[in-house]
Amino acid sequence: MALDATTVTAAGPAAAPPRTGVTLHRIARRRSTIAFLMALPLIAVIAGLVAWPAGYAIYLSTLNRRMTSFIGLDNFQILLESETFRMVIWQSCIFAISAVVLKALLGFWLAHMLHHIPTKGQRIWRGLLLLPWVVPPALSTLGWWWMFDPSYSSLNWLLNAVGAPSVPWLGEPGWARASVIIVNVWAGTPFFMIMYLAALKSVPDQLYEAAAIDGATGWQGLRYVTLPMMRNIISITVLFSLIVTFANYDIVRVLTNGGPRDLTHVFASYAFQVGVLSGNIPRGAAVSLFMFPLLAVVAFFILRGVNQRNREMA
Amino acid sequence: MAGNRIGRRGMLRSGAGVVAAGALGAPMVHAQGTGGTVRIAFWDHWVPGGNDALKQLCAKWGEQNRVNVQLDFINTTGNQLQLTAAAQAQSRNGHDAISLTPWDVGAYADQLEPVDDVIERLIGKYGPINPIAEYLAKHGGKWRGVPATSGTQTKPACVRYDLFEQHAGIDIRAMWPAEGKPGPGADAWNWDTFLKAAEACHKANVPFGLPMGQFSDAVDWVGALFLSYGAQITDEKGNPTIKGNDKLKQVLDYAVRLSKFLPNDVWAWDDASNNRALISGRSALVFNPPSAWAVAKRDAPQVAEKCWTVPMPAGPAGRFLAYLPFTTGVWAFGKNKAATKALLEFLGQRESAEFTTNTSGGYDIPPFASMADFPVWTTQGPPPGTIYNYPLKPHHQAKYSIAYSPAPAELASQMYVQALNTKVIARVAQGGESADQAMGWLEREINNMRRG
Repeated sequence: MALDATTVTAAGPAAAPPRTGVTLHRIARRRSTIAFLMALPLIAVIAGLVAWPAGYAIYLSTLNRRMTSFIGLDNFQILLESETFRMVIWQSCIFAISAVVLKALLGFWLAHMLHHIPTKGQRIWRGLLLLPWVVPPALSTLGWWWMFDPSYSSLNWLLNAVGAPSVPWLGEPGWARASVIIVNVWAGTPFFMIMYLAALKSVPDQLYEAAAIDGATGWQGLRYVTLPMMRNIISITVLFSLIVTFANYDIVRVLTNGGPRDLTHVFASYAFQVGVLSGNIPRGAAVSLFMFPLLAVVAFFILRGVNQRNREMA
Repeated sequence: MAGNRIGRRGMLRSGAGVVAAGALGAPMVHAQGTGGTVRIAFWDHWVPGGNDALKQLCAKWGEQNRVNVQLDFINTTGNQLQLTAAAQAQSRNGHDAISLTPWDVGAYADQLEPVDDVIERLIGKYGPINPIAEYLAKHGGKWRGVPATSGTQTKPACVRYDLFEQHAGIDIRAMWPAEGKPGPGADAWNWDTFLKAAEACHKANVPFGLPMGQFSDAVDWVGALFLSYGAQITDEKGNPTIKGNDKLKQVLDYAVRLSKFLPNDVWAWDDASNNRALISGRSALVFNPPSAWAVAKRDAPQVAEKCWTVPMPAGPAGRFLAYLPFTTGVWAFGKNKAATKALLEFLGQRESAEFTTNTSGGYDIPPFASMADFPVWTTQGPPPGTIYNYPLKPHHQAKYSIAYSPAPAELASQMYVQALNTKVIARVAQGGESADQAMGWLEREINNMRRG
């Protein structure tokens, strides 16, 4: 067994004054030092790819348009006074919440359906249902855009074929918002499905057997066995998806470019338009930073719930 | 030739290179690279083969001047070119020069090398540069880029002359023939006539394909419409001129009436939607460069042979033609500025500009009015002369325009990208707001953009 670093240090000074090489050797043998060294690559990655960009974005958001002087929180104040930006906040919330709720419900339903298919036949369905999640979103959204195309929509062609009128998928605000949500739900549901399927498989069969002996119906089994056992995975999945959906960019960019009349913009698409395309990088940074407090509050409550349940189970 | 000038240091470097190569007994490869290297990022032309002109011209100039010229062609799909410029400006590193989209010259003006000497020599040879190119490229009294020919476009009306004659009773080819004078009825080619024709074509199920969304085709034609009514939404200093602006109210009213005769989904159209409307034969008119016609020539020749390009209609304040130029900016942090400027001057020569325009099939518009007479615009067809009126010609009695001028570039670029002009129309026509409510919103948006 390796000597503990403290033991070595306690024994050392009485024998002889420590030499530099020996001290370094001792430091290197400390568990905390080794742990730190081993974690260093990860720390470097987080510092370089997370902390630095985040810090730089905060710094940028405090500059004027020409990035020549510090203006404090003025960019945030200006944004909050803008009708368009207030609408973007509202829209981002509608988009993210409705899309995540729909993805969670559909994913849960699909996971249940898959769970009850025999293992042999399950694989092919699992593979097929995962496809929307695997295809790069920019490409699949382009496919959806062709289906929604204002003038040559294939969906409208099908509707017309059965005598139904054309739908202005991208031209009318309500439909445009729905279209953006539909595509996000289509692309994101498989993630929920696969997570929930894994969770379902981990619920011990004995619990269902015990519930059945107690006379529980299928619904009661779902309500009192399945859902409590899946609560943590549901929470984590919802949190993860909420973050990704809030930050979604490609679907809005490809389908509507934020239109009509900015009524489908979300934080990321609006930040790109204001920051990069309009040449106001500090304000664009401020737009993107608005996501942070909203998501931090949600993350706090969801993770607190997860921790509480973990403690209860322990 | 002025275009072949190389700085004193460049010449010394070339000489030193030759001497060193001789002393070392190293093989000389055409003396390429002895005058240094110039790296330029040009816009990736969407006309097939459109980049060839620049490749050939740069190779020729490089050989003549013993400069190694490296070209990158970056497209604007996904805003790659704009992102590249932003990244290079931030990092102060990259190409020696880069094609800049209209408003980016203003955005990076303080990082771009003044090119007044180049412009002065070009103006001395070819006369004045068009005022919109100057408005976009000149900042703080200095030219911060050389207006380019490659990629620069205008957006006149591309008309299906058969449908126009059949449904609107207008012989557009007689009105605007392929010759240097207007035909009978050209003076009546105004927005009122246009509205009547739009209504007639709408009834005939071949509505005009005019986008009203947030992409540049929409913003550009609406910008020209606003200017032709004298409806400016800010002054030169960027102060909103919206309150009590009767001209703005008038043009808003006109645009709302016109929108009723357009396809009901134009609010979501992008820059390709109008092209498709024309090419598919479902539209009698679009505002576009000849790219839509060129694609029709390949994919739907029966449509292309019925297309005729004419100037935009006139309004109470005159006739304006939407103009969207590229400008090549020389980065102040570039490593070979003298040679880069010399190359850009070479590309600005009439012969170079004509070669570029010819290679693009007439798509590219040079910045000098004196160059609006290239034969390519007369000879292209079918039908012969179909794009004769594509560049602005004196008998059009028109001016080049860009939406939101004369606002300061840093404000105009925000208004342009955020398509305030089409949105203010949409708020009334689609959103059901009153003109006063929509104009109030417009003023608040502009004031917000000016802050910070």
